[in-house]
Amino acid sequence: MARTKAQFKINGGVHPSYHKGLAAAKAIADMPLPALLRVSMSQHLGAPAQPTVAKGDTVKRGQVIGEAAGFISAAVHAPTSGTVKALAPAETATGAKAMAVDIEPDGEDAWVELTTHACWEETDPKQLVEIVADTGICGMGGAGFPTHVKLSPPPEKPIDTLIINGAECEPYLTADHRLMLEYADQIAEGAAIIRKILGAEKLIVAIEDNKPDAIDAMETALKDMKGDVTVLVLETGYPQGAEKQQIFAAIGKEVPSGGLPMDVGAVVENVGTTLAVWDAVVNGKPLTERVTTVTGFPVQTPGNVRSRIGTLYSDLLDFCGGTTGEVAKVISGGPMMGFAQHSLDVTTTKTTSGLLFLAPDQVSEFTSMPCISCGRCVVACPMYLVPSEISQMIEAEDYETAEEISVLDCIECGCCAFECPAHRPLVQHMKQGKSHIMLKRRQKKG
Amino acid sequence: MIVATTVAIGGMGLVCGVALAMAARFLAVHEDPRVEELTEILPGANCGGCGFAGCGEYAKAIIVDGAEVTLCAPGGAEILDNIAAFMGVEAEAGEKHVAIVLCGGDNAKAPRRFDYNGVADCNAAHAVDGGDKKCNHGCLGYGSCARACPVEAIEITGTGIAVVHPELCIGCRKCVKTCPRFIIEMVPESQATHVFCSSKDKGPIVKKACQVGCIGCRLCVKFGGESFEMDGFLARRNYETPIEDEDTVIDKCPGDCIVRQEKSAAG
Ligand code: SF4
Ligand code: SF4
Ligand code: SF4
Ligand code: SF4
Repeated sequence: MARTKAQFKINGGVHPSYHKGLAAAKAIADMPLPALLRVSMSQHLGAPAQPTVAKGDTVKRGQVIGEAAGFISAAVHAPTSGTVKALAPAETATGAKAMAVDIEPDGEDAWVELTTHACWEETDPKQLVEIVADTGICGMGGAGFPTHVKLSPPPEKPIDTLIINGAECEPYLTADHRLMLEYADQIAEGAAIIRKILGAEKLIVAIEDNKPDAIDAMETALKDMKGDVTVLVLETGYPQGAEKQQIFAAIGKEVPSGGLPMDVGAVVENVGTTLAVWDAVVNGKPLTERVTTVTGFPVQTPGNVRSRIGTLYSDLLDFCGGTTGEVAKVISGGPMMGFAQHSLDVTTTKTTSGLLFLAPDQVSEFTSMPCISCGRCVVACPMYLVPSEISQMIEAEDYETAEEISVLDCIECGCCAFECPAHRPLVQHMKQGKSHIMLKRRQKKG
Repeated sequence: MIVATTVAIGGMGLVCGVALAMAARFLAVHEDPRVEELTEILPGANCGGCGFAGCGEYAKAIIVDGAEVTLCAPGGAEILDNIAAFMGVEAEAGEKHVAIVLCGGDNAKAPRRFDYNGVADCNAAHAVDGGDKKCNHGCLGYGSCARACPVEAIEITGTGIAVVHPELCIGCRKCVKTCPRFIIEMVPESQATHVFCSSKDKGPIVKKACQVGCIGCRLCVKFGGESFEMDGFLARRNYETPIEDEDTVIDKCPGDCIVRQEKSAAG
């Protein structure tokens, strides 16, 4: 076990105001069961799950209510025991509509029968992956890529490094920080489980240097672990927590364009996901809850709330005492990569890392102006792209050129737009271009 | 020295000249002369509506790949006849179809649910939380169709909705393909009465989102017979059957979404 400073510096990046103080010192609080839980079948990128319950069914906590539809898909479980009240399409945080199951909790919160694997050391790695798949775990830090997929790399791509991502570089968010402080031992054991599954020799826990207490906690938790184990201290900066950037900072290898971390022998798992893996394997519990940072200056008592998947945003806010003063913008996730919301009638998913409320003086209306060719976006882009040019190509609807100059490599981190003095909606252009190109590709395929 | 240079340069020129002459002879690409002739027959709008990159490519596709001769919408019946005659085939032209935006909810009648302050493009706006319009189906008015139209036949009105000027439309379908809401349809040019709504939502939801939405009451089917048909909670015109008593149907529609498009009103 060693503690080291990251020697590789990521390209570009920005330094937004972090405002983590609002919630960082608040211990994780359990939210009581709300009156209604609306569980979306679309919990992550990839195919939404297929509902397996009907209106009127009674369910137990942890019972499957949606089964995975395809490989890049994860099962969805009932977040508590109760009755299925409705099955209807509901809006998700990204604005798309997806089938959702409404559950009225019965207050018992009774679990289905759970199979525990406290002695996972003796369990076959294949079986451990199955547990991860059956418990519906997906990446809890970002887009929610189903974890079992990441944990089953093809044999020709051996994994030698497991990186546990505790960077939490998004401003305002503190949920991962709190998890590392309060559940360091469990996260360490979860990391050991994943390490066993992958057969990875190296384990790196990467944390930004603005969380010294979390670094200490993880160091203590990992001190007896055998083999090549490191707590890697990253310089604070955005986007240190982005997967490709983190791999570079940790092992100095660049994921090739269009490739996956496994191409450089690495797998990155977020600390929340790691804890969920621990809970799934050791306690046999499917993923039915998560910690969300409810924060922002207008919130009465910002905090880190553990609530069930499918909790209404409005209930989460009520639990934090509602708002004082005017709210100009609500964001699901962090300010850099999150999605603006127009209503609180949306429910949490496995990926809801934060719910952020911004006051009027924090939000500015601006008009986009032509690019002044200052090059700031180019300096900021951690993916070595030229956002100014890509954005202009997309504005001109020249998607072929945009593709040639690598728009698909954009990780939508928002650094370019953050820096642009002409207030150009660069990330929106990137997203527009990417979705256009992907649509064209799908149409070509069939 | 001068002599040597002259001979060398001259020699090189000779070799290159011969090489070029041979290349022109042996590597020549023989384009079917009919391609050029057929290109002349096509309207030259280069709108791409046929699905090929311009009139020349379409001509080539007809001659080389045997593509259908009926794909040029802007050409109309006359040019179709000419192509058919040129190719020695028979083809019958249907009625010309023009584009129409099946939504009547402009800013005055269909409210927005949030302030959208992003890229002024319908596809971009639609990707943000499903668009800023309260109605999930209605025209967003950011003019992607208008920009796609090669002949400027689409206008975005002052109240934020797209309107096609049928007399300008050449029927290329580019707008149909661009609209993220799938609300532009091709209708026979002679038809003027349409259901200006594309919302398949149930009545109460439509009512909350728009003053001129179709609530699925079926009155048009009752009074208009087969000239209307229901698609779930949305009425659609069946253009095969003319409407017998147009005024009654228009009058009965409680959503006020069946409208006769006056030729001059759109123009
Ligand atoms: S172009 Fe993409 S990757 Fe580069 S800074 Fe902008 S959002 Fe980030
Ligand atoms: S930061 Fe903005 S203005 Fe400067 S080059 Fe990039 S797009 Fe242009
Ligand atoms: S018809 Fe479609 S493309 Fe045209 S302005 Fe309306 S939403 Fe946009
Ligand atoms: S209105 Fe539509 S179909 Fe008509 S010419 Fe313009 S783009 Fe083509």
